[in-house]
Amino acid sequence: MVKKGEDSIVIELRNVERHYHMGDNIVRAVDGISIKVKQGEFIAIMGPSGSGKSTAMNLVGSLDSPTHGHIFLDGEDVSRLEESDLAQVRGRKIGFIFQSFNLIPNLTAKENIMLPMMFQGLEIEEREKVAEDLLKLVNLEDRMNHYPGELSGGQRQRVAIARALSNNPDVILADEPTGNLDTKTGEIVLEFLDKLNKEGKTIIMVTHDPNLAQKHAQIVYWLKDGKVEKITRKKK
Amino acid sequence: MIQDYFEIAFKNLKHRGIRSWLTLLGIFIGVMAVVALISLGSGLKLAVASQFGLSSTELISVQAGGLNFGPPGSYVANPLTTKDFDAIKRINSVKQAIKRNMRSGKLEYNNKVVFGYSASVPDGNDRKFLYDQLDLTLLQGRMLKDGDLGKVVVGYNFYADKVGLDKSVTVGKKVLINNKSFEVIGVVDKRGSFIYDNLVLMNEKDMQDLFAYGDVVDIIAVLPRDKTNLDKTKTDIETVLRDRRNVKVGKEDFKVSTPESSLAQINKILNGVQIFIAIVASISILIGAIGIINTMTTSVLERRREIGIMKAIGATNSQIFFQFFIEASLLGLIGGFIGAFFGTLIGLAGTAGINTWIGASIKPSISFALIFFSLLGSFLLGGIAGIVPALDAAKQNPVEAIR
Repeated sequence: MVKKGEDSIVIELRNVERHYHMGDNIVRAVDGISIKVKQGEFIAIMGPSGSGKSTAMNLVGSLDSPTHGHIFLDGEDVSRLEESDLAQVRGRKIGFIFQSFNLIPNLTAKENIMLPMMFQGLEIEEREKVAEDLLKLVNLEDRMNHYPGELSGGQRQRVAIARALSNNPDVILADEPTGNLDTKTGEIVLEFLDKLNKEGKTIIMVTHDPNLAQKHAQIVYWLKDGKVEKITRKKK
Repeated sequence: MIQDYFEIAFKNLKHRGIRSWLTLLGIFIGVMAVVALISLGSGLKLAVASQFGLSSTELISVQAGGLNFGPPGSYVANPLTTKDFDAIKRINSVKQAIKRNMRSGKLEYNNKVVFGYSASVPDGNDRKFLYDQLDLTLLQGRMLKDGDLGKVVVGYNFYADKVGLDKSVTVGKKVLINNKSFEVIGVVDKRGSFIYDNLVLMNEKDMQDLFAYGDVVDIIAVLPRDKTNLDKTKTDIETVLRDRRNVKVGKEDFKVSTPESSLAQINKILNGVQIFIAIVASISILIGAIGIINTMTTSVLERRREIGIMKAIGATNSQIFFQFFIEASLLGLIGGFIGAFFGTLIGLAGTAGINTWIGASIKPSISFALIFFSLLGSFLLGGIAGIVPALDAAKQNPVEAIR
């Protein structure tokens, strides 16, 4: 285990490849990329559709396992872990924010936030307390018992952010977090991510919007045809 | 944790469409049939047994017609006659025998007409013997005596106004039976058996005048000499009757039944009914289980995305499995609950119905254990039906599911 500090690496992809079979053809969706994410960084994975960024995001978020190469989470090689074991690890270490919010429709805002903690086996009292605190953090304490269908897009994404934070993970993985929001609401969500980053969370954002990537991320990985085309760093 | 699964499962079930609930019909009907059958069945057995007056364990009855389930007096091709009766009386192992006739007729009172049975009472010694055997207690008036003409004794249900006359029949009143006037001289106290409680008793001569059955005998009751060996007497009677009526063994057009054999026959019929209902119930429950498999499989397909999300936010395969497994179990339980509820209602209503119909006082056999095990059974059934869909849910790939 690497000791956590400013420079410790939370996620590393080392020569990772992910191939898919499409009939007789092999599609190299991710074709040998290496990414290092340090604690507290805000990085963006940028690329047009078909560039392999969705596959890259699944690999970074350990939703998927690589065909070749290695993925390290907090220094631990997770590339060969069983899918079910991986679930526990990612539930603890990574919070997901999706483009289409992906809240469970039959559960209220509060219950949606409580769900990841339930999967980690937390007691109900603690889950409720954390969920209520997080709802305050995203300014939705008055929407606590509303179902996702009763919330606006921006509100839903804020619930999703609160859910992503529920197990207090080091890394927040945001896949096109503003893709389904209007510009103004998108701004609010991104400000939230900035704020979380300033408080020490590592943010990985996947986007196709270069302006967004360059405005918020310190490091941008530009993907093309499953490879990292270039890496740009924001000047401080 | 288990409690959380239940809570979430409840929420998911609450949001289900009518289609999912329709699949519960099988389990509902199955459990309802089982609960109704059990709560009604043993009561029914008890009732039927008591209805046929099987409290007496020493009398053998002889009827014409062989395999005929109709009540005494129903039409038979080759009825018993007084000559048969005389022959039976002469058998050595027979201590005493009486012949009786039971005929259906109409009775008018209070300008209402009801149909029921009249039964004959023989004269002399046989009368005393019959009264001893029937062991009737009178509520009002007296029993019939030799030479009583135009007089009847009626069962309790006439007095209690349970036969549909809308007015209590009491001693001293006149009733018309098949248009002939009779005076009621006695009312029998309640016996809890419709054979006794709905009966009209009259002397043989009145019966003969009214129904003109000639030398036909509907039923012969036999008291054997050796009470411990009813079967010997039974065999003797059968031999004599076969000879007299010129029929071969196995082709008898008459039936000699001991109390045990009558009870066994009733039980056989009731068991048949119970087995039939049990088969219907099993098929319903099987269909119910298939329904749950079907609705859960559909549900897994519909909620692939949801499964993917849950996995992305940290749900393990076994957590997903349990979520769906418990949801299926709950579906079963709900079906079972509704079924048990209506089954109990049928049991209660059915028993009440039988009680008012035949004037008996059976209690439904509904027990805590019956309800508990039918609920447990449907819960487990739902779970078993949910195993395959739940495994299917657990196997979903999060990337595929979220895409």
